[in-house]
Amino acid sequence: MSDLPLSATTDAVLQAAPATKARGYWTTVGRRILRDKVSMACAIVLLLIFASAVLAPWLGLEDPYKGSMIRRLRHIGTSGYPLGTDELGRDMLARLIYGGRLSLVIGILPVILAFCIGTSLGLVAGYIGGRINTAIMRTIDVFYAFPSVLLAIAISGALGAGIVNSIVSLTVVFVPQITRVAESVTTGVRNMDFVEAARASGAGPFTIMRVHILGNVLGAIFVYATSLISVSMILAAGLSFLGLGTKPPEPEWGLMLNTLRTAIYVNPWVAALPGAMIFAVSICFNLLSDGLRSAMDIRN
Amino acid sequence: MTKLVEISGLNIRFTGERTVYAVNDLNVSLGDGEVLGLLGESGSGKSVTLRALMRLLPKKRTQITGSVNVMGRDVLAMNDEELSSFRGQTVSMIFQEPALALDPVYTIGAQIAESVVRHEGKSHAEGRARALEMLDVVRIPSAKRRLDAYPHEMSGGMRQRAMIALALACRPKILLADEPTTALDATVQIQILLLLRELQREFGMSVIFVTHDIGVAIEICDRVAVMYAGQIVEQGTLRDIVRTPVHPYARGLLASTTHGAKRGARLETIPGTPPSLAEKPQNCSFAPRCRLAEPRCLEKLPPNVEVGPGRAARCVLAGPVPAS
Repeated sequence: MSDLPLSATTDAVLQAAPATKARGYWTTVGRRILRDKVSMACAIVLLLIFASAVLAPWLGLEDPYKGSMIRRLRHIGTSGYPLGTDELGRDMLARLIYGGRLSLVIGILPVILAFCIGTSLGLVAGYIGGRINTAIMRTIDVFYAFPSVLLAIAISGALGAGIVNSIVSLTVVFVPQITRVAESVTTGVRNMDFVEAARASGAGPFTIMRVHILGNVLGAIFVYATSLISVSMILAAGLSFLGLGTKPPEPEWGLMLNTLRTAIYVNPWVAALPGAMIFAVSICFNLLSDGLRSAMDIRN
Repeated sequence: MTKLVEISGLNIRFTGERTVYAVNDLNVSLGDGEVLGLLGESGSGKSVTLRALMRLLPKKRTQITGSVNVMGRDVLAMNDEELSSFRGQTVSMIFQEPALALDPVYTIGAQIAESVVRHEGKSHAEGRARALEMLDVVRIPSAKRRLDAYPHEMSGGMRQRAMIALALACRPKILLADEPTTALDATVQIQILLLLRELQREFGMSVIFVTHDIGVAIEICDRVAVMYAGQIVEQGTLRDIVRTPVHPYARGLLASTTHGAKRGARLETIPGTPPSLAEKPQNCSFAPRCRLAEPRCLEKLPPNVEVGPGRAARCVLAGPVPAS
């Protein structure tokens, strides 16, 4: 053994060592999140809510629009109405599940849209820098100056009530926030050696942005965006509550919260149900994004 | 010997909050299949010269004058498209810190394949095949499995090998090495140097090797250019410069290593610090630290004296020396 040249010995050792680490990044992230009990619980809750919302027509529920004057504000646990009825005698269970469809769409779609727009804006601003950065970021700052609730209400109010308009207004609210995060992580990555190495191997600015910068910043922006979903859910519910989103008789959690408000002394538990749904979904998204953040932080 | 790289009268000035005359009237050439060492302390303009050769310096804040010719093409006049195919295909670069110079979110295989796909228009599968071949070339053990490894899963030495594989993937004619062994420990350092030397012969490349470590330069270079304050103060073959340095700075640099030092004796050092380079040098930049300085050193820039065949020094005291 001693007469072997050094490099041959190390090579032999390395050859013998099992390359267990040849697993992909996302596989590792997946494994770590599977082991995180809180995240998994939240994921299961969200999955159930999503599945029931998607499969609502096939679940054999009551008609969520059909009311009855004699069955108004039944308590939770009444036979035939497991979650009671609302102020117009409509089945709460059906309305909550059907309401999930709209609420989830209005909650998540703006974040997805803002994620796409904000990431592109932030990437361009952060990578190119200079005047373009100033132009983009200062424009963003104008929107940032308004409190998000106020801005959402103002835009919705100006555009008029409606689902599409409330999605647009929420997107406008979230774009500045995501752009800021994207810009700051991009400026952090832009001056790293591997970006220069990529330039030295002949990559153009577009390739560098698309491949090297985006690859390194996407995780951070994605985690931030997931944490915005809960905010978006609450804001969307708030818009509906104020009558700027969905219109009755459409089932939507924020709107239901508003219409049941008058019944809070008569039947507080039923009146609180839509709020509980909003709360459950928001907190699950928040905890899940927390779990995702720590699972993706492998390198430390 | 044909000249692959011909740099003449190169001046680089950084503007902005502070003006820095980083490189001043630099003349150097690189022959076919030659390893040229750029030797000098921090801030002497070694890395800046390398980056100018690939036009990697930020456009807005840099003023470059002079001429940089690589294989008969004027690098300073290239447009973005020409530069894109020039970088990586004609000239490639390896960096000091492989942990930072490899993209952390892509596997080694993907990064090498990306470069091959871009430059040679090959399919992704062909790129991967080349990546595997390259990992074998740089002697990464169990290359097939390492293809799907991320940079953080590799050791420092292996990362530097991967970096070399990436740089050589498109068979460049010229390799620029920016202190590639500085971040590695001594045993790995010599392995990487031997590998580079071997690959340089195998691929028939020319190499410009930047280092501040004379020991490293001795190991790998054919010719050495000693830089000080943005100028090449002395250049010649490795043998000539190590045996009979002419310029007082080169002498001081060689005297301040532990290689030839007597045990127990104090190491010889060069007193003082390098100049700030906020102004364009009007006289010998080394004069304030030079023990042999004379009044005429401060009057004007010393001439570039040919002291022998292929050998020059920028010093008023330099005269022809007999070939050793």
